[in-house]
Amino acid sequence: MSAKSNHFPWNLLIGFLLSIALTLLAVFVKFYTDFSSLVILWIIGAFAIFQALIQLFMFMHVTEGKEGVINIVNIVYSVFLALVIVFGSIWVLTSGHAAH
Amino acid sequence: MSLDEFFVTGDPLILGSQIAIGLTMIGLLALITYLKRWKWLWNEWFTTVDHKKIGIMYIISGVLMFFRGGVDGLLMKAQTSRPELDFLDAQHYDEIFTTHGVIMILFMAMPMLIGIMNVVVPLQIGARDVAFPKLNALSFWLFFAAAMLFNVSFVIGGSPDAGWTSYFPLAGKEFTPGVGNNYYAIAIQIAGIGTLMSGINFVVTIIKMRAPGMSWMKMPIFVWTSLITSIIIVAAFPIFTVALLYMSMDRLFGTHFFTVASGGDPMLWLNLFWLWGHPEVYIVVLPAFGMFSEVIATFARKNLYGYKSMVFAVAGIAFLSMLVWVHHFYTMGNSAAVNSIFSLTTMMIAIPTGVKIFNWLFTLRKGRIEFSTSMLWALAFIPCFTIGGVTGVMLAMAAADYQYHNTMFLVAHFHYVLIPGVVFAVFAALYYWWPKMFGFKLNEKIGKWHFWLFVIGFNLTFMPMFFVGLDGMSRRLYTYAESTGWGAWLGVSAVGSLIMAAGFAALCYNIYWSFRYAKRDAGNDPWNARTLEWSTASPAPHYNFAVVPKVDRLDDFWHKKKSGKLGLKKSELKPVHMPSNSWTPVFLGVAFGIVGFFLVFEWFTLAIISSVLIIIGLIANSFDYDYGYHIPVEELEEEEREWRGELK
Repeated sequence: MSAKSNHFPWNLLIGFLLSIALTLLAVFVKFYTDFSSLVILWIIGAFAIFQALIQLFMFMHVTEGKEGVINIVNIVYSVFLALVIVFGSIWVLTSGHAAH
Repeated sequence: MSLDEFFVTGDPLILGSQIAIGLTMIGLLALITYLKRWKWLWNEWFTTVDHKKIGIMYIISGVLMFFRGGVDGLLMKAQTSRPELDFLDAQHYDEIFTTHGVIMILFMAMPMLIGIMNVVVPLQIGARDVAFPKLNALSFWLFFAAAMLFNVSFVIGGSPDAGWTSYFPLAGKEFTPGVGNNYYAIAIQIAGIGTLMSGINFVVTIIKMRAPGMSWMKMPIFVWTSLITSIIIVAAFPIFTVALLYMSMDRLFGTHFFTVASGGDPMLWLNLFWLWGHPEVYIVVLPAFGMFSEVIATFARKNLYGYKSMVFAVAGIAFLSMLVWVHHFYTMGNSAAVNSIFSLTTMMIAIPTGVKIFNWLFTLRKGRIEFSTSMLWALAFIPCFTIGGVTGVMLAMAAADYQYHNTMFLVAHFHYVLIPGVVFAVFAALYYWWPKMFGFKLNEKIGKWHFWLFVIGFNLTFMPMFFVGLDGMSRRLYTYAESTGWGAWLGVSAVGSLIMAAGFAALCYNIYWSFRYAKRDAGNDPWNARTLEWSTASPAPHYNFAVVPKVDRLDDFWHKKKSGKLGLKKSELKPVHMPSNSWTPVFLGVAFGIVGFFLVFEWFTLAIISSVLIIIGLIANSFDYDYGYHIPVEELEEEEREWRGELK
């Protein structure tokens, strides 16, 4: 993908190690801590988002090449839409007379 | 199920249609066989992957569906033309307004616009086809199968009758048994898959296949609007896909997503429907804006005023389009905060739209305006659409909307938005790009008849609806008492609809007349236009451009034309790589249609058996190793000589 380079692929190595670490951390939080399941869910969810970001930047090279900007705009827009659809729907459907 | 339940019986109108459909089908098949055109149809049209031919097939289907939806409209107008008429009963009227809405939006407006996008977008960006030609053909055939499936509903099984919005709980099995609403769920699902694939196809085409040098801000405005429409399609259609799947599950398999009982929530359907439905309005209206922009710039002999602000306005509309869906159900009982926020976002849409209106007006200012038929449509669009827009702002105010909601005022409003916004645009585009599709112009004189009849008829039909609406007439009312005093208004409205129908007839006659008698002398650039599609022959050759054009600036073709830098050098010609025809798209379309039909009737064994056809089609498609063919230089040279004369 990127231009030919002879130096060591630190990016990939760090990404790889971080991915493993995050996965192990998630397992650790689930099995070896006493948090309530709600808290565990939030922690694992946060790990998942980190994991996704690592994938995108370290392995999928979203910022590289001519389409880098388009990719970023795309991802941000999709995330925005997903949030609007999910939280918008919840807000609309629970705040009106459905709530009473 | 007995045969008596399978076919709709007991209504002379429908019996007449059944006989007419049967005879037309037999007649068509006989005619094609007699003329020995089967092979030609198969090779040139059914299996084609050429974006121009696919576009033309979309447009033909769109015109047919316009006829069907228009007849629905005329029937409704006839029924309400006088108080207490017995022309249609309540059930029949319900079915007709439902199919009118669905057909006009999904099977008329969408294919017309996607058809014109198909013809024009690759030509405007200097490409030889779309990014995925075979997928494009599949999109068309899925749409076509769905349209046919939806249309047989009124003679086989019964039409859907819960409105084009099909609100639950009414649309659920409990309150609407029978197969009618299954047609809605299944047919629109199939069409929606096709549309989604079109959206993806055009996004990729426009991002990846522009001619060298055509950077973002050098793209024609129609390409911009097509790109943004495609992005909204990709964003919004999956929501509808999911909603329709839930609906199908509820109706076919007894789940409870939208039911009142067992923890379902009917309002969830409204919410999902309009999460798609509002962006859908912009999906149909944005490419139309692009068409008007091209037509106005060409016939005012000026470059488009405020090109950049136009691009930002389109992007702004697209962004806001996903944030306003609740304004379709202010009266559902939302909290004050919800209604206020959505009032605000809705009114904000008027800002970029206003920018566009002023850009068009400033483009016209001091232009040398040529009143061709397509320009007339664009000029009539501005005031008519503004009436629709301003009444839209009235409806946007949640408190006031409690008064207007579901009255004829709303019906008048959205017809004033969609007819000038979409139908006028399609007409303008047909007159404008017709020579590029067929090599001759549509007749301008018949075109003027078409224009005046349609525009006068349109205003006479829908203007009275504002007044009966403000007087309290609710929509979807099949009859009314004489004491309401609406008879005169609705009588005028019915007369108007006849005039509109005469306008449509003029268009059909124009197409017939022009095919027979118009001079085949349009030339490559009949309107003295500005964009790349006019730099190649009319009709455009199947390879579009003998040499892919290089672009230096906005309206590149115009500037090169003025400085005499056009023309083709023989040495530039190289063999052109083109995609081959394929039978899998039309096969898959038919397969989806058959499976859909069985699902509508809930004949699950047959549905499962016939879905093997889909799998066969997919497998055949996966193992298709045909990578296209090359057009040799000699053939290119010959074809280009035919219209250019000698090459340089």
